[in-house]
Amino acid sequence: MSYDIPNLVPAFPEMIVFSLGTLVLLVHAFLGQRRPIITYGAVQLIILMSAVFTLSFINEPTMLTFDNMFILDKFAVILKLFIELAVFLCFFYSRVYLADNNMPRGEYYILGLFAMLGMMVLVSSHHFLTLYLGIELMSLPVYAMVAMKRESGIAAEAAMKYFIIGAMASGMLLYGISMIYGATNNLEFSTVATAIANTAPDQKLILIFGLVFIMVGIAFKLGAVPFHMWLPDVYQGAPNAVTLFIASAPKIAALGMVVRLLVEAMPSLQIQWQQDLIAIAILSMALGNFAAIVQANIKRMLAYSSIAHMGYMILGVIAANNQGYAASTFYIVTYSLMTLGSFGLLVLMSRAGYEVENISDFKGLNTRNPWLAFLMLIMMFSMAGVPPLVGFWAKVGVLKALVQVDLVWLAALALLFAIVGAYYYIRVVKVMYFEEPDSEQRYIISNDMQLALTINGLSVLVLGLFPGWLFELCKSAF
Amino acid sequence: MITTLHNLALIAVLAPLVGSLIAGLFGKKIGVKGSQLITIAGITVAFFCALSLAKSILIDHIQPLNETIYVWGTSGSYTLSVGFLIDQLTVLMMCIVTFVSLLVHIYSIGYMEGDPGVQRFFCYMSLFTFGMLSLVMANNFLLLFFGWETVGLVSYLLIGFWFKKDSAALGGFKAFIVNRVGDFGFLLGIAVILSYFGTLDYATVFAAAPKFVDSTLSIVSGYEWSTLTVICLLLFVGAMGKSAQLPLHIWLPESMEGPTPISALIHAATMVTAGVYMVARMSPLYNLSPTAMSVVMIIGATGALSLGLLAVVENDIKRVIAFSTMSQLGYMMAANGAGAYEAGIFHLATHACFKALLFLGAGSVIIAMHHEQNLHKMGNLRKYMPITYVTFLIGTLAITAIPPFAGFFSKDTIIEAVHESHVSGAFFAYLCLLIGAFVTAVYSFRALFLAFHTSERMDEETRHHLHETKPVITVPLIILAIASILLGMIIVGPMLFTEPKLMGQTMLVPQQLNVLGEIGKEYHGVFSMVLHGFLGLTFWFTMAGLATAWICYIKKPELPKTIALRFSTFRSILLKRYGFDAFNQLVFVRGTQKLSNFFYYFADAKVIDSWLVNGSGRGIQRIASLVRRVQSGYLYHYAFAMILGIVALLLWIVL
Repeated sequence: MSYDIPNLVPAFPEMIVFSLGTLVLLVHAFLGQRRPIITYGAVQLIILMSAVFTLSFINEPTMLTFDNMFILDKFAVILKLFIELAVFLCFFYSRVYLADNNMPRGEYYILGLFAMLGMMVLVSSHHFLTLYLGIELMSLPVYAMVAMKRESGIAAEAAMKYFIIGAMASGMLLYGISMIYGATNNLEFSTVATAIANTAPDQKLILIFGLVFIMVGIAFKLGAVPFHMWLPDVYQGAPNAVTLFIASAPKIAALGMVVRLLVEAMPSLQIQWQQDLIAIAILSMALGNFAAIVQANIKRMLAYSSIAHMGYMILGVIAANNQGYAASTFYIVTYSLMTLGSFGLLVLMSRAGYEVENISDFKGLNTRNPWLAFLMLIMMFSMAGVPPLVGFWAKVGVLKALVQVDLVWLAALALLFAIVGAYYYIRVVKVMYFEEPDSEQRYIISNDMQLALTINGLSVLVLGLFPGWLFELCKSAF
Repeated sequence: MITTLHNLALIAVLAPLVGSLIAGLFGKKIGVKGSQLITIAGITVAFFCALSLAKSILIDHIQPLNETIYVWGTSGSYTLSVGFLIDQLTVLMMCIVTFVSLLVHIYSIGYMEGDPGVQRFFCYMSLFTFGMLSLVMANNFLLLFFGWETVGLVSYLLIGFWFKKDSAALGGFKAFIVNRVGDFGFLLGIAVILSYFGTLDYATVFAAAPKFVDSTLSIVSGYEWSTLTVICLLLFVGAMGKSAQLPLHIWLPESMEGPTPISALIHAATMVTAGVYMVARMSPLYNLSPTAMSVVMIIGATGALSLGLLAVVENDIKRVIAFSTMSQLGYMMAANGAGAYEAGIFHLATHACFKALLFLGAGSVIIAMHHEQNLHKMGNLRKYMPITYVTFLIGTLAITAIPPFAGFFSKDTIIEAVHESHVSGAFFAYLCLLIGAFVTAVYSFRALFLAFHTSERMDEETRHHLHETKPVITVPLIILAIASILLGMIIVGPMLFTEPKLMGQTMLVPQQLNVLGEIGKEYHGVFSMVLHGFLGLTFWFTMAGLATAWICYIKKPELPKTIALRFSTFRSILLKRYGFDAFNQLVFVRGTQKLSNFFYYFADAKVIDSWLVNGSGRGIQRIASLVRRVQSGYLYHYAFAMILGIVALLLWIVL
């Protein structure tokens, strides 16, 4: 049995993150907490480097390597780029917060970096094992991150719940994969797809069982109803910086998981997974939007809002054509921008020992820092889907995809839920602009942070005015 | 050459806009003088561009320019673009607009002196000029509508310029609302054009129009209407609002609450003639619809007589002129209806000069009298204000169409044209216009006599301060007076009769409507026309009017009272302005209030707010608190929910 060295080029960004990340881990172990800025700088540099390498693949044809376990196609490149961007921004926003709250900073960056590696492997997987590897590599550091604020009881509780439910979901995912393996004798996506296509209809029951268990894993990662229960508790319990991390990049990776598993590995079961996704989407939109209304805690509110948004994002996948997948990609990418902006704002507004987490903390923000209030307004309106902000186009994209496959009733239902959703987004705006602040003290935020947040916020506006290129980019992935 | 035209046109329309923006945005910084300077500079540039364009098109006979400047947007198969059509009609209108605007700008330096809102005033006036220029330069209905709305907006802003005065604010309101009625029709007309022709471009629409002669549409099922007639009538509704035709004329008297220069510029010389211009511009459409022509003529002529009559009983000098404006607009519309579009436009041009002159003259009187506008408190002003008197006299002679003043050539031709016309209702229109000539003379000379002759009726204080106004005011008067004398005799030939025509191919009429051609056969030069004019019926009607005014107000000043007593019913009808205002108050204002109250208290407050909005809100709150209870926080509940989820998903697919 001979062993050939596989083509390493497609995995180059991942290899950089892994090798340099390990190096930074070692350095950090010796430096300890004394010079966290070095760890920070190094980690950001690694992300930038891997982003540059990822970008260099953007026009390359699809490449398979590691015995067809790893794929590098345009979809993977685009998702990776946005994952890297999200993680980079997230670390940028968190730096001051971590210092103020006296949290272990180096660990945050390094854990985050390895979680990012997991996401990158996940979106590049072409084999159930690579996929599972990616998921676990992504999840384990995050469990630890949630518990990072050790003295906080609520954080520990959230981490515990997250871990146990996550373990259950992983188990179900594995169970599902094993059923697929049992039926097809293979784990590589394209072979599995052919095998499923060739299965006689009366033999499909085992495949359907496998599919359902796999979908549990997917829905858990997305945080879609009814596998969403962990999400509000974790969003609320985790420190703001960690919530920011969980809310952004992993959502992008989760879309990668959806597309790889359902579209690439099991296209012949489309009718079945479409049916399940419709149920999941409707439940998510309904529960997310309704539950968000009664929340007083803005992190919880945004958690429910994210459940609803995942429902919308799935709508594009339900359409089950290239246009729909592109619309979903557009949705998830722009949604992560909005989340980064809004959670980033929470992180920046939090002070030492004081977490901004209630909607009432936003009272009269307009008089305390009008620019921050304006940026938050952009984010909220964009999430509500108000033109000309990008959230509007994201919704238009998925709804259009639905209408074109004659699922008009679903599109109409989604619109109805969006109306319900507008209520709680606008409530934040109302609180910021029309209520008296509790204190007259101004929020002052350092210039570089303000600049980054401004770019983040205005990108939501600019992308809303010129959404064309991003649409094209997402379309080119399919 | 085309590029030169293009550039000149762009500069002409943008210069006033730039002036307006600077004066409006930086008025505080650049001060009163600066704003006046920048806006007047903008208008001057526009004026010279217009002159230069006029020379190219009218004298050098350059091919007219018709081009798209840029595409504003596309929607489906419709393209909405901003484009200019610079032909003979356009350049004439541009010259009138910029000329009067320039003079009024200069005049306003004196008139508005000491007012706290001078910058705002100049900003609006320049903005108006921009809007009016886009209106006349448009090559499609969209830009036409844009200009139409812009001038409407500025008119509203300027009527209510002294917004702290209730009557001014209400006047602005009234103008705006009445114009909205007209614009509604106008917009519907444009919509019909878009849906039938698929484009808003003039040239394409006009070229395609003959194909639609037999086309019909049904508004109420079962009744078929000619499409072109519907289009023309809807567009004419717009013109009725803008050009103060019956019955949408009611806003114009109230518009006199604005500063007098505005009355001259917007509510006499330019904006109110936009309707006349629009009908003339759409002549290829109107030519194809005899019904619409007839309606235009009858409404115009009726207005010319009946609204002129109202001026006879009016005592406010500005309102007298306002009613006379409506009456003259009626003449122009009647000309359009008769197919004598060129005569209508010609009258528009001469009227712009002498009506601006009359208004500015009245403004001069008002300043000298310390904002007293009642004719009965004036008298013998010629002793104190000789320049104003002479120029006002020239304006009066022009409006009453005494040969050889400018008004004679245009008005006499209109009356002749309507006489020759075979459009149904032409004879009625002819009678109206003829009697209108008599009425015009009565009210014009009445105003002149009461203000400048007769005994001095002002109080001692005012008399003491009476003196001629400043040169910034009198110089524009003199320029306009010269124009009011000369303009008619200079351009009457090329404008109406001799070939090649000044207006070229812009307003062609089919043979059976060509009344101007008929009249033109008897045209042998200006001099003979003037001589002929002294023998015409119109002249003697005018003379009768002049004599009546002279007897009533100079010879026997007690006579009007006797007449008033004798004809008290008729007089009270006139004083109530035929009851249009009362009718509107009763039906529209009260009716609307009643209807609004119903909708507010029942439909909105009860059904929508309390049942639908708050009801659904309460419902959602209830659902939300139920949902909240599911999220118990216990781990085993979460795990249980997951298991339930799997079972449900499985059943959902398998069953």
